[in-house]
Amino acid sequence: MIVIGELINGMYKDVARAVANREADIIQHLALEQVKDGASMLDVNMGPYSKDPARDMRWLVETIQAVVEVPLSLDSTKADVIEEGLKITKKRAVINSTSADPERMDIIFGLAKRYNAQVIGLTMDKSGVPNSKASRLELAQTIVAKAIEYGINTEDLYLDPLLLPLNVAQPQAVEVLESIHEFRLLCNPAPQVIFGLSNLTQGIKSRSLINRTFLTMAIANGLTAVILDPLDKKLMDALITAELLLNKNIYCDSFLDAYRKK
Amino acid sequence: MAIELVKERYNNAINIVEIGAPGASMIKVGGETALPFLFKEGGMPYAPVTALEILDSEPEDWPDTLRKPFGDAIKDPVKWARAAVEKFGTKLLSVRLQSVHPDYGNRSSEESVSVLKAIAREVKVPLIVIGCGDDDKDNDLLPKASQALKGKNCLFGIAVQENYKTLTATCLADGHAIISESPIDVNIAKQVNILISDMGFDPKRIVMHTTMTALGYGMEYVYSIMERARLAAFMGDKMLSMPFILFVGAETWKVKEAKESGVRQGVNWEIATSVSMLQAGADILVVRHPDSAKAVTDYIKDMMKEESL
Repeated sequence: MIVIGELINGMYKDVARAVANREADIIQHLALEQVKDGASMLDVNMGPYSKDPARDMRWLVETIQAVVEVPLSLDSTKADVIEEGLKITKKRAVINSTSADPERMDIIFGLAKRYNAQVIGLTMDKSGVPNSKASRLELAQTIVAKAIEYGINTEDLYLDPLLLPLNVAQPQAVEVLESIHEFRLLCNPAPQVIFGLSNLTQGIKSRSLINRTFLTMAIANGLTAVILDPLDKKLMDALITAELLLNKNIYCDSFLDAYRKK
Repeated sequence: MAIELVKERYNNAINIVEIGAPGASMIKVGGETALPFLFKEGGMPYAPVTALEILDSEPEDWPDTLRKPFGDAIKDPVKWARAAVEKFGTKLLSVRLQSVHPDYGNRSSEESVSVLKAIAREVKVPLIVIGCGDDDKDNDLLPKASQALKGKNCLFGIAVQENYKTLTATCLADGHAIISESPIDVNIAKQVNILISDMGFDPKRIVMHTTMTALGYGMEYVYSIMERARLAAFMGDKMLSMPFILFVGAETWKVKEAKESGVRQGVNWEIATSVSMLQAGADILVVRHPDSAKAVTDYIKDMMKEESL
């Protein structure tokens, strides 16, 4: 399971402030903590308050790369901001993200090709987030076709069926679960399937419980990557256990410890 | 139409473990990136090695077949060690401190360690040192043995799930590599490795003994456990990425087909078991008969020629 740590995000006030004031130690601490607790990649998002997102992206990437070696997921709606990051990432980066809109895909897949990056494709377009498995699949197919057109290896494509908050769109959770399985059958080699787990529980109580329950269900359905808070220990324990039950790792009494020693 | 081979590619290699003090005689094992001898899929940077096994006193229950090649030297462990190295050319020597066991002489740790020290003075090849197999006795014996050979970078055994702390601590203090053992059980194999590494011991200094049986006694099961561990290691499981050691001699010469059936059959039993274990991924084969050691070493040389695939 590819685990992308979500905590370096300018939506969080302390991160936004650290970026604005160039407080490297705060960012680096977050990077180190997330990797220590199991992140195999880190998301980098300067959030909506950034006054100079391109420069902030550059600073964030440099600051993070100074202390950890994991690949980065460059998270921005602006292609030029992503490109600033792509220029200096040491490990192969993930672009987070493109929608299924043709003009956006042309820009993002063009960048991916130029910088040998992987891409997260959101199954949404200008008309918004789909509300059924069928429409998610249609958009996923559009993204896969475009990626192939650009010569992107489909293993390097992460399809995101988009989780919606449970209290807003409860029926969508099961649609997402079913989409995961279908996405994996879209092409060969199969694409990665990913989602941002925290979206499921925006603004609701019992977040941790709901997140980890849903994550194990999604893993059983074929999820291969996830964006989450790796500092949530119970969540990571559930992830590790789900993979164990799917026979991805060999059991031993200290299986949680063993996984973390990887 | 040409048939194209299906090739597996893995992303993790087996750890490389060094045994012996730095220099020409140091032995390195491990480093594989594919199943044994599949050179088109990956590499085996270090050839598997054989080690001859001796005891710290004259063996009481070894068949004549096994005693004969060593002649009178077998009565004196130091001479026996010299014969193993100088006459039979072993590059790695395994010394089992069996005489401390209550059933095999019940000698004091000090007596056994003084023999071990004499052997270490006399021969220049790296040493594997194995306790007597009685937990209480070993917890007294092995720290003393380890300290006596401090800095020689030996391979010490055996740590098991119920008794690993003393040996781990002592190997850590004296700079030796360690053997972790499990009862033909991949889950426990992984667990023992974790327990040892949780004490601050470098996992890259562990050699695994998954336990084994001789040909005809369920060897297939041993093979399947080793293969499962190895494949998990190649897929990235760091707690199973250790080289394997197999005490083929000790197992083979226990069974009646080997010890009661004349010279060649026992030797052949040991060779057949060793060769099968090589295909399962063995890195170190500890054998008892010099003829087996030679045959298995020759076989390894042949197999390591990449064109033999």
